[in-house]
Amino acid sequence: MILNRRNFLQVLGITGITLAVGKKSIAEPTDNTKIDFYGILIDSTRCVGCQSCEYACAEVNSLPEPTESINPDVIRKTNENRRTVVNAYNTSKGEYYVKTQCMHCNEAACASACLTQAMHKTTKGPVIWRSNKCMGCRYCMISCPFDIPKFEYHSANPKIQKCDMCFNSIEEGKLPACAEACPAEAIVFGTRRELIKEARKRIFENPDEYYDHIYGEHEAGGTGVLYLSPVPFNELGFNTTIQKSSYPELSKGFLYSVPTIFVLWPAILIGIKEATKNNHAKEEDND
Amino acid sequence: MLKKKTMINTDYVMPKDNYGKNIWKFLANEMKPKGKFLTPFNIISIPIMILGLVLIVIRFWKGIGSITNLTQEVPWGLWIGFDVVTGVAFAGGAYVITFIVYILNVKKYHSIVRVTVLNGFLAYVFYAGALLLDLGRPWNVVNPIIGNGFGTSSVLFLVAWHFLLYMFAQLIEFSPAVAEWLGAKRAHKILSGMTIAAVIFGITLSTLHQSGLGALYLMAKDKIHPLWYSEFIPILFFVSSIFAGLSLVILEGSISQKVFFTQISDKNHKSHSSIVVGLAKICGVTMFVYFFLQVIVIVHGQHWNLLNTPMGYWYLTEMFGFVLFPMLLFIYSYRRNSSLVAMIAAVIAMLGVIINRLNVTVIGYRWDAVTHYYPSWMEIVVTLAVIFTEIWIFRWVINRMPVLRESPSWAKNNK
Ligand code: SF4
Ligand code: SF4
Repeated sequence: MILNRRNFLQVLGITGITLAVGKKSIAEPTDNTKIDFYGILIDSTRCVGCQSCEYACAEVNSLPEPTESINPDVIRKTNENRRTVVNAYNTSKGEYYVKTQCMHCNEAACASACLTQAMHKTTKGPVIWRSNKCMGCRYCMISCPFDIPKFEYHSANPKIQKCDMCFNSIEEGKLPACAEACPAEAIVFGTRRELIKEARKRIFENPDEYYDHIYGEHEAGGTGVLYLSPVPFNELGFNTTIQKSSYPELSKGFLYSVPTIFVLWPAILIGIKEATKNNHAKEEDND
Repeated sequence: MLKKKTMINTDYVMPKDNYGKNIWKFLANEMKPKGKFLTPFNIISIPIMILGLVLIVIRFWKGIGSITNLTQEVPWGLWIGFDVVTGVAFAGGAYVITFIVYILNVKKYHSIVRVTVLNGFLAYVFYAGALLLDLGRPWNVVNPIIGNGFGTSSVLFLVAWHFLLYMFAQLIEFSPAVAEWLGAKRAHKILSGMTIAAVIFGITLSTLHQSGLGALYLMAKDKIHPLWYSEFIPILFFVSSIFAGLSLVILEGSISQKVFFTQISDKNHKSHSSIVVGLAKICGVTMFVYFFLQVIVIVHGQHWNLLNTPMGYWYLTEMFGFVLFPMLLFIYSYRRNSSLVAMIAAVIAMLGVIINRLNVTVIGYRWDAVTHYYPSWMEIVVTLAVIFTEIWIFRWVINRMPVLRESPSWAKNNK
């Protein structure tokens, strides 16, 4: 079959449509520095390890009540039944406690990985999960550098479980349940900008008490949850080798090349096809 | 579909003309089993397919965790790493062969286009279809298509769309064979006219989603062993899909030559060995490029110290035993004109691709985790059931439609 003008236009037409679909992928606003997200500051010098936040979290999210107490020999992880856990660590300055949950990344890997936008970075800051969109592919779990989204493997109607910063309460002007419950003021809710200012102030005023770093200010491109610690962060079980740029950045190069390939490839293929047409005739002669 | 029994050496004759009147009768007739039932393949595959079906029912009833060993740390196991990622690499033969035949106009390979496209199409339907088993909430699978969330920043979004579009492209490429089977002359003419557009579209899609399957893992930077993680995964996946697909074409062609012996014309029997050797040459060259890229990646990554660890030995085994060695075999088979050596090389190269994909997706994924993921026997049975069902359908189609056999004479003048 020879490629005539009409076919050629057909090919270009299809290319154009797909290109339009592909293009949207790069048109998304990603300049998150301008938006003032809400966040949470967790100060482990203040945390007393009472687990009040765990109980409050289980209650608002209708999850089973926590049963294990804190033990520095057992590091617990979040799972499909608990969105947050507090762990104890024996550090160079003695025993300290630290709470773990979703970091609410500025450029969330999970949200950029989600093919249905079920995982979604809201403009207010919390990263939320929406059951009516999610297809349960678990690509968010593959992508999250903090291993946060958890999946209900033993349910016929499984959900992804992860902290959503109590998004609904925030919408109503209330505090997240953990911040509300903490008796030691170790969990502070506010805008990310205020929280960074507050954290700097604490480090500046008590340089002996704090290790001079705010975890989450730059980690993974900046996160909504920020941490203060008395000791270097690796002593509290943090991943300190995590990259400073955002994780979605890693697949951007590939996604950017998609529209280009969609334009160039068909054109090149048609070119080659035209160039090798004689080839065809020649071989047929030999037949 | 499990009820359609077919046989291997069939004395079946293609109905020449069918003008719609008795089309339902014709179809009903075609659904019936043909020939001997108790072949060794059937005896092995039927129990596994039934068991697989039972397991799938349990999976939808009790959740994915009831039959798989997946964990919160390793959310993608055998079903994604092998069925989808590896299966699609092997389906790459279709875009490579259509490229050679329709774009480079090398007519020599024309006789294997249909069977390769059929194989590719079924591979996408079944192996990408296996994805549905792995989805926790499969009733939402249409969301990225209907726009209940266009996650356009997601590589998986791109891959999902491409799977769908590519299945259509392949269906169009294959549809003239269906039209010939049904004796639909007008449809045949229209569908044949769409082939070239479908081919160009299909090759473009394949380039992107073969590499896209690798790009899926780009964000899992801290989770994959550094010897298998690099920003070049997409390119490596693309290049290896070329020889993965062609190796399968070589293997499948050699098996079909024997199993479907009576369907293949004398002319095509004779050209078989020259086709195989020609494909072996292409495999050899692409494997050389692939090996070279792997060397660049390791030099670039500077992970020399990791080579002297157990994972490093495994890496070297993959590179030398399953890339360099089959590459040399391919070149040797081409030099000596030996289709037997080419077939051995194809088998080793395919093992190499399986090992490579599993290294990225399962073995090297969370290699440092305290509890390792191993697939459960039930995951393996379901995987085998999927493969066997695909082979059943493949055989059913080959025994009925002009895939290996020559087209009916009217179809040849119908272009
Ligand atoms: S920590 Fe993980 S789950 Fe939470 S926002 Fe970041 S990428 Fe998403
Ligand atoms: S599991 Fe759900 S939320 Fe996570 S990436 Fe898939 S569709 Fe999105």
